Amino acid sequence: KKLIATLRNKPWRMKRRLKLLKECQAFVEKFEGALGKGKGRKLYAYKVIMAKKMIKFNRDFDNFKTACIPWERKIKEVESHFGSSVASYFIFLRWMYGLNLVLFGLMFGLVVLPEVMMGLPYGSIPRKTVPRAQQAKAMDYSVLLDFGGYCKYSVLFYGYYNDERTIGLLQFRLPLSYLLVGVGIFGYSLMVVIRTMARNSDEGGDGGDDGQFTFTFKMFTSWDYLIGNPETADNKYASITTSFKESIVDEQENQKDENIHLRRFLRVLANLFILCSLGGSGFLIYFVVKRSQDFAKLDQNTLSWYEKNEVEVVMSLLGLVCPPLFETIAELEEYHPRIALKWQLGRIFALFLGNLYTFLFALFDDVNEKLEQEKYIKNATIWGLKEYYANYSTFHNTTDIPPPEIPPADVIRGPCWETDVGIEFVKLTVSDIQVTYLTILIGDFVRAVIVRFLNYCWCWDLEAGFPSYGEFDISGNVLGLIFNQGMIWMGAFYAPGLVGLNVLRLLSSMYYQCWAVMSCNVPHERVFKASKSNNFYMGLLLLVLFLSLLPVVYTIMTLPPSSDCGPFSGRAQMYDVVMETIEKDLPAFIGNIFTYATNPGLIIPAVLLMVLAIYYLNATSKNYQNANLELKRKMQMARDEEKNRRNNKESTNQVMHDLVGLLPNRSLIPPPAEEAPPPGHEKGSKFPKVAKRPGAADNVKGVNLQKDVSLAAPNSRAAVTRPPGPRVPPGNARGPPPGPGRGRGRGAPPPKC
Amino acid sequence: MGTTASQLRKDLLSEYQELTFLTKREIILAHKRFSELLSKEDRNVPTPRVPMEKVLSLPELKSNPFRKRISHVFSTSDMKDGSLTFEDFLDLLSAFSDSATLEIKSHYAFRIFDFDDDGTLDGGDLEKLVNCLTGETDDTRLTTEEMRQLISNILEESDIDKDGTVNLSEFQHVISRSPDFVSSFKIVL
Repeated sequence: KKLIATLRNKPWRMKRRLKLLKECQAFVEKFEGALGKGKGRKLYAYKVIMAKKMIKFNRDFDNFKTACIPWERKIKEVESHFGSSVASYFIFLRWMYGLNLVLFGLMFGLVVLPEVMMGLPYGSIPRKTVPRAQQAKAMDYSVLLDFGGYCKYSVLFYGYYNDERTIGLLQFRLPLSYLLVGVGIFGYSLMVVIRTMARNSDEGGDGGDDGQFTFTFKMFTSWDYLIGNPETADNKYASITTSFKESIVDEQENQKDENIHLRRFLRVLANLFILCSLGGSGFLIYFVVKRSQDFAKLDQNTLSWYEKNEVEVVMSLLGLVCPPLFETIAELEEYHPRIALKWQLGRIFALFLGNLYTFLFALFDDVNEKLEQEKYIKNATIWGLKEYYANYSTFHNTTDIPPPEIPPADVIRGPCWETDVGIEFVKLTVSDIQVTYLTILIGDFVRAVIVRFLNYCWCWDLEAGFPSYGEFDISGNVLGLIFNQGMIWMGAFYAPGLVGLNVLRLLSSMYYQCWAVMSCNVPHERVFKASKSNNFYMGLLLLVLFLSLLPVVYTIMTLPPSSDCGPFSGRAQMYDVVMETIEKDLPAFIGNIFTYATNPGLIIPAVLLMVLAIYYLNATSKNYQNANLELKRKMQMARDEEKNRRNNKESTNQVMHDLVGLLPNRSLIPPPAEEAPPPGHEKGSKFPKVAKRPGAADNVKGVNLQKDVSLAAPNSRAAVTRPPGPRVPPGNARGPPPGPGRGRGRGAPPPKC
Repeated sequence: MGTTASQLRKDLLSEYQELTFLTKREIILAHKRFSELLSKEDRNVPTPRVPMEKVLSLPELKSNPFRKRISHVFSTSDMKDGSLTFEDFLDLLSAFSDSATLEIKSHYAFRIFDFDDDGTLDGGDLEKLVNCLTGETDDTRLTTEEMRQLISNILEESDIDKDGTVNLSEFQHVISRSPDFVSSFKIVL
């Protein structure tokens, strides 16, 4: 039965496999029937049937799963036209879409839906109603676009949610659920990203020995078998040729060592420029955000559209303008293209990060201001209430005073900083989406249209010369996607609707970009691989995840929630919800356990233990790597030794050599040398190779002998051992060469089984 | 499933699923495409064979520089004319599928690259390989000097026992360290 399972791994012909399969199946049937006799026969037969059904079910389920993957056809089309690197962007996009869909499901199902179905409706309490002053314009299109008015007081934002401990029939604890979902989003994303990274690094080998096999890899692995389009194929040919020539020249040029001081100076200069521009962009954003806060204090009617959206416009423009600027400055540095690409990506990353964080810091200043304001309003409200009670009691002369009946729209309420932060993030995301789509439209589509139609009446050849058709910028797009996701992660806690918005965006982006790529772009001139970079982008995503986790956790832990809106209003800190739940809902001893567990005396040793474990694992992995190198070296040495030995023998006596070839001992000489490497192979899947090695050694010697020694029957026998060698199970490979009865001539091609 | 093409028997289908890396859908699609390649009179032959020219006209193989070698390697015909039966075709797709193991792929890759079918990749094989990869036209070919340099570099990198040829185990050793191989050695219908 094991044989059946491994049949597909053997590189045999189908006919042979089918025959073997039938034999095995007959065998299994016969013996399973025999084994079923006696006690427990029925149970055994039942088990067998269940196992068969299970296998069939698994297979069907696998088939179903592959049928369910969306957009497979589209991506395959892109792949055949543009190669696997462009397609890898779309695969990444699809993966992101899946991730966002799950996050949306979590957020929607556990937070939005309960509030909508079981919470209080719109207009019933102050936090859910548009204030009277703004009601006149709450439905205006421009206000809605700014996410003010009715949008602001809806489920999309944090401020709408009520802080009752439990709501509805099912006693659903909304504040607790809100907090847990907010944190759970990060937890789930972290898990998924790390799992994907682990899977990628497993498939791709270690990827560590970068420079070791450059030529061989180029030779054997550079052709992308998925290319089905002749134009792409031509491009691929050209790029392979160029890359061959380049590597050859590279090898020769490695000796050359130009003016190193000049180059170093230029590089330092370039880095200085780039640091300046990064600093400049950070300062610009800070300045603009501060200005927008001043604008917000003025009357909204007097502001132009630009002044209202200045922050987003500036950030998007910076994102557009700086990368090409970095590229031109990088010309000074004269790095190898691959290294230059890495530097470029790193700089763009720093740019985006810097922008995002300056934006956040500016926002936090704003938050602190709002908190001050809130205190002021709270004092005013309490004073007003006291006044009302005093008047009421003097007027009606009772001490039992009903609370004032003010319609919710008129109640004075404090500013809701979380909702404002949420609105800022949503506006940023929306403007980012708009800028991306516009760039694609203008940068690719309009350019293609112009080049195609103006070409007839223009002086120089537009298609080959200056504008020409655009190429698909993979790294730029992937980085944009990663940062968009970072913004979503940051903003999801303050604006639950943001995740839904992102799902829509990814969906439309998929179709839009697929269309744009197929109709406006041409395949790259230098078609390069997607693979190794895959983990690089995942690593970036992980970093962005951590960095977007920090602000949210900081606010949960330190900033007090607004007292007039949101699910945590009225509490001192947001995480007090968890404490409350533990006290009130869970049995007493769990509370005790938590108190013990959060004791610093317990946590610090735990952290120490984890650090030591990491150190230990690191040390072990280094040791394994060293062991690998040692074994490789040993293998090399063994081969060299053998070659020398052979050479020595050859130079002495050819006839003696023939006789030696006849001896059965001959095949025993390689195994001692072979035994050392196979156990040391780092990947367990190489076991079949153990069988092949003795055969291979035979093969090598056989071929060499063929070259040096003119025909003698024993040699042809030696040559003949090779073909069956790799195919026969391990035990036989060490046996003596088969007798002369084979009747095959020299240089027989491998048998087709 | 095509209405004019002959249907695939259910038991054969499940056996093929056991023995190859393809899913049921892929096998059925492969059967359809294969039947389209057959000429009218061949359809009724028990084990039809598609001649090499027709195989090479498949869009997935048309632009591939190694298409002729692929046909030869997977063909079981006695006349060595590169024609494929349906089972050969399935073998081909299975080896090039996404879920095939590294060993299968590297084994077949070795056989495809071995132009003279002698079981090793010697200088002549490598030269033909490079010429295939650099295209047909004269201005994309490498000069003799460049070719010589390239081949010596390759042998230096991958020939462990220094016998001047790359045999199957050396090839598999090199390929196992390549991160790109599995993802580029793929053909999907």
